Amino acid sequence: MPGAVVPTVRIQAEDFDVAAEIAKMTQGRADIGAVVTFSGLCRDEGGRLAALELEHYPGMAEAEIGRIAAEAVHRWPLQGLTAIHRHGRVAPGENIVLVVAASTHRQAAFEAANFLMDYLKSRAPFWKKEHHTDGSQGGWVDAKEADDEAASRWKRN
Amino acid sequence: MRLIYFAWVRERIGKPQEDVELPAGIETVADLLRWLKSRGEEYEHALQYPDVIRVAINQEHVEHREKIAGAREIALFPPMTGG
Repeated sequence: MPGAVVPTVRIQAEDFDVAAEIAKMTQGRADIGAVVTFSGLCRDEGGRLAALELEHYPGMAEAEIGRIAAEAVHRWPLQGLTAIHRHGRVAPGENIVLVVAASTHRQAAFEAANFLMDYLKSRAPFWKKEHHTDGSQGGWVDAKEADDEAASRWKRN
Repeated sequence: MRLIYFAWVRERIGKPQEDVELPAGIETVADLLRWLKSRGEEYEHALQYPDVIRVAINQEHVEHREKIAGAREIALFPPMTGG
């Protein structure tokens, strides 16, 4: 039933375990038919990047992702929804963000995970700063217009 | 009223937060940005292009035309780059 699912939202410095998060959602249940996961990782940008520093707005980060997740469970018939976002220093190859969406049939889980990521990118209060391998401090990552466009395609009149 | 700054807005202003008493006549977010910008070089540098500054009142996104009466906490920050 739409709206019956309470999303799990976590903002944390430590890494997460994708398999463990899926297991938490599906354990002891036989009604879930589809689980879609998205994980976002830190790239090394061709060897240039030593790390990303993720700054966030404590309190609002949880609240805003919570609002986006609540909208997702309202729009799609989901059986579970988890969103985890890390903050602090993240090295190339490490996880940054995880979305897990579960539903009876695959389409709802795919769409909800996609929606959550698109909105999270343009509305969740996180900012990435680059640290370079040559020791120099890089700048703040610029927001991409493409991310705003990606979010706007979910708008309903 | 508490003002909170993030990312390059924080770096340019040179502090993460401050408590301010607003002068009379500051009614909207746009008014607040205009007033802040006049407070010194570092504010001028941070708020040079007010249109790109994103604002949250009491931890919710708002437009620049939003009224600020009743706000406990106003955050100013660049466009977000999470995910």
